[in-house]
Order: sequence, then structure tokens, then C-alpha cells
Amino acid sequence: MSAKPSDDPPAKVRVQADPFDAGAEAHALAAGRCDIGAVVTFTGLCRDEGGRLEALELEHYPGMAEEEIGRVADQARQRWPLLGLTIIHRYGLIRPGESIVLVVAASSHRRAAFEAAEFLMDYLKTRAPFWKKEHLKERGAGGWVAATVADDTAAERW
Amino acid sequence: MKLIYFAWVRERIGRNEEEIFPPAAVVTVADLARWLAGRGEEYANAFADPDVVRAAIDRRHVQPGAPIAGAREIAFFPPMTGG
Repeated sequence: MSAKPSDDPPAKVRVQADPFDAGAEAHALAAGRCDIGAVVTFTGLCRDEGGRLEALELEHYPGMAEEEIGRVADQARQRWPLLGLTIIHRYGLIRPGESIVLVVAASSHRRAAFEAAEFLMDYLKTRAPFWKKEHLKERGAGGWVAATVADDTAAERW
Repeated sequence: MKLIYFAWVRERIGRNEEEIFPPAAVVTVADLARWLAGRGEEYANAFADPDVVRAAIDRRHVQPGAPIAGAREIAFFPPMTGG
């Protein structure tokens, strides 16, 4: 984890209701460049929780969501020599099989890209102002998803 | 100052946001949560476990001891579950 110069390209951060194309985002990050040796793409999907989930409703804090993701992205860019970074987080009603979150990290070598992507996901889960509510097939509106100790622990190890 | 609520904090209080004018004795975020909890059953319910509810001042996470002086917007919300 070398300290890095601050002249890297800024992270691209988007918070949106619409779906995204993970392949296109990864391609766009590396297109026309010859210095990137590794692109790690993580996509978080909505599970159906054994068939009982109709959809997830993601509430977010407009304004802070973008800003907080940007702050976490800045931390990642200070810790790893990234050559490109894209983060997209969706809100609204998301059905099983659909994508929720995307992290694309590009670097000269794989280790920085892998580590930065994992760090970003661990931090987004505990710091980005989003809340998931379950909509169930059987009983309609379910409850709010509880934060897990495992997520807190995952973020603390960095 | 403007208060804004999210997720089950919003649902328990029954509103998205409101303007409030707390007394001078309310200095920190924790003071504000205690003062709000005394405003009625819905607030008491939302802040029943004050250690669980998180806060942000002007869109930045803060700890319960953070001073509220000068804040334009204070948000209260449950632990986050994005990603």
C-alpha cells in the first residue's frame, strides 16, 4: 500500500435509480489506455432469499450518498495506486437478479485493484447512507434489513 | 435547523423532515436525540435505543458528542445497509 500522488484521475461516482451495464463501465475505464494492467469489477446483486423476496426497496440520503461514496473513494485512491475508479449505487425498487452496486477499480497490477475494490465494498456497506427494506411475496412489505456485525468487522480490518 | 429522517427512524416519527428550534441547553447530537425523544411517543419510539441511531451533520457522519451549533441540516437514521 504505497502512498500515492494526488494527481490521479478522480473517481466516477453515480447514484441512480436506473440499471447499469457493468461490462460497459469496465470497458470505458480502460478504453484507449495502455498503462492499466488490471481491472477488477465487483457487482452486488439482489438475492431472492430462497424465493421469499419480491423486491428490495433502497432508500438513500440524496446528496450525502454521492458525497460519502466520494470520500470513501478518495480514501481508496490515497491507499492504492489506482488508475481509474468507477462506483455506481442504485436506489429505488430492485428485484431479485438485478444489480444494486458496482465497483470498478483499475491499476497497473492486480493486487491494488483487488484490494481497493474489496476495501470500497466493505466501507460502502457501513458508511454509504443507504437502507434496504424487504418486500416479501407472501406478506407484502417486510422489515428493514438489519446491519450485520460481520459488515462492521469487515470494514474494521482495513 | 432542519432535521431529516431516514428508514425506520422516519417511519416511527411519521415525517421526512422538519424545522426545529431546540433550547440552548441542547448542545450535542446526543442532547438533541434526548430532547427529541421527549417530544412525544413517536419520537420516544424512534430514539428508544439511542446507541443504535446514527447521525450526520450537513451530510457528514458524526459521533453523538458532536456539537450541533451552526448546523444547517442534521439527519438521524439507522445503521446503513447499502452495498
